Amino acid sequence: MQVQGTVFKYGDNVDTDVIIPARYLNTSDPKELAQHCMEDIDRDFVSRVQPGDIIVAGKNFGCGSSREHAPLAIKAAGVSVVIAATFARIFYRNAINIGLPILECPEAVERIEAGDELAVDFTSGVITNLTRNESYQGQPFPKFMQDLIAAGGLLSYIKKQKG
Amino acid sequence: MAMTMTQKILAAHAGLDEVKAGQLIMADVDLVLGNDITTPVAVNEFRKNGFEQVFDKQKIAIVPDHFTPNKDIKAAEQCKFIREFAYEQEIENYFEVGEMGIEHALIPEQGLAVPGDVIIGADSHTCTYGALGAFSTGIGSTDMAAAMATGKTWFKVPGAIKFTLTGRPGKWVSGKDIILHIIGMIGVDGALYRSMEFVGDGIAHLSMDSRFTMANMAIEAGAKNGIFLVDDQTLAYVKEHSTKPYTVYEPDPDAEYEAEYTIDLSKIRPTVAFPHLPENTRTIDEVGSIKIDQVVIGSCTNGRIEDIRVAASILKGRKVANGVRVIVFPATQKIYLQALREGLIEQLIEAGAVVSTPTCGPCLGGHMGILASGERAVATTNRNFVGRMGHPESEVYLASPAVAAASALTGRISNPEDIAD
Repeated sequence: MQVQGTVFKYGDNVDTDVIIPARYLNTSDPKELAQHCMEDIDRDFVSRVQPGDIIVAGKNFGCGSSREHAPLAIKAAGVSVVIAATFARIFYRNAINIGLPILECPEAVERIEAGDELAVDFTSGVITNLTRNESYQGQPFPKFMQDLIAAGGLLSYIKKQKG
Repeated sequence: MAMTMTQKILAAHAGLDEVKAGQLIMADVDLVLGNDITTPVAVNEFRKNGFEQVFDKQKIAIVPDHFTPNKDIKAAEQCKFIREFAYEQEIENYFEVGEMGIEHALIPEQGLAVPGDVIIGADSHTCTYGALGAFSTGIGSTDMAAAMATGKTWFKVPGAIKFTLTGRPGKWVSGKDIILHIIGMIGVDGALYRSMEFVGDGIAHLSMDSRFTMANMAIEAGAKNGIFLVDDQTLAYVKEHSTKPYTVYEPDPDAEYEAEYTIDLSKIRPTVAFPHLPENTRTIDEVGSIKIDQVVIGSCTNGRIEDIRVAASILKGRKVANGVRVIVFPATQKIYLQALREGLIEQLIEAGAVVSTPTCGPCLGGHMGILASGERAVATTNRNFVGRMGHPESEVYLASPAVAAASALTGRISNPEDIAD
């Protein structure tokens, strides 16, 4: 599976409070949450993001709270994949569980700039930078994760196993 | 193969003789926890996927603590939704306002966490119960839903970092200063994906409340969990609060650690984390002159009785500085009542502080003390991210209850050593 989109670039330690501030957590409706996605770090994100666009960030993306509202907001905003040097562990689990594709690739993060056009292949983990004519090898999901994603998320995976 | 304390607990809950770092396992859980923010998403997932009954109505705890007492109509609707689920499923450990406390103070107090347990909670500070020698970690709402349905969850077995604590901390140094010092040393991703194991003879000089504070903030170093060796103090705490059976685990002497640090507690100074990351630490001697507008004493990190006692001991018979708002949140009803009986609430109010019913409140910018643009707070909470306590242009300085109380008196971040008798 492949996606293509324009890059929104952020730094290290993007926390879940800036991805979706707690003042909006009195709802869990993904569409409502998406209207405030990245609000405290990038006021223009919501007005500029197009379906398929890509977030690229430094290390420890999604640190802080366990709120699943963070990956839900990013996904509902139309983002096709988040690429980071590393992810905070609860965000990593949550993204997989709700079916938001994520890739770890420190090299890509170093090279990619805001506004670059990328194509990303989830099966191989290869990230192609169409703007700069180069490609980077991201870490593809382990098989366990691929099965989980293929099943459509954690709960369908469990139902299938119980089958 | 030699195992860490965490690995032993996980192996036992996966029905395996041994596990190693990086291995994916399916483990039984002893308790599944959720709050009023994360449980609604979990209940929706649970129902959407056709599950009808929770795996064990005794092993689920639901604590509406974040936006309660309900802060607005939407928050009220969320609470109503999870209340109805708790009644329908006959969840035994559902805590309504009146019995409710901040979840990570309440769960140990209710005896629901004991040594050797595996506990997951849809709240990142679930790692608090490591103070009791349990494996506990934060997960998201979908994981909560899956565990409510099956009683199991998957883990990637973590490697570990060992912290050997030696010496005795100074009078005004508590668990908060020690954990801030450690986060300042290793960074907010310094323990990413790993366990932080706390061992050494210095532990004996740390109260249970200090240990809860330290385990609570393991997540602020990116850790999967923080865990303390079990000692007499732990067992006394368990005996006082719980009738649940428990198992004491110790790391193998030759267990592998990815890094090891020795920390002399007698050298730790009162420590403050500057905006906007918990790793931006400075000792109290290095803070300079920082004027503040608000002081928050409370949260799952520092709202326990010892914290209220320390704050009251500094504020007693004195007055909060002009223009500073001081809000104190005892973390549970029991702590509140204890503080009342000890006369601490009276001392706090006479000094000019307000005392609130238990709630997470302003810690995450929910309610009960939100900051305006340009305002600064000293808080005994756990995060100082951009916008954490209100306006994106406000600032939060993390500190111990002693530093927070001292700062309340001067209106600037202050050293308790300079104020106390």
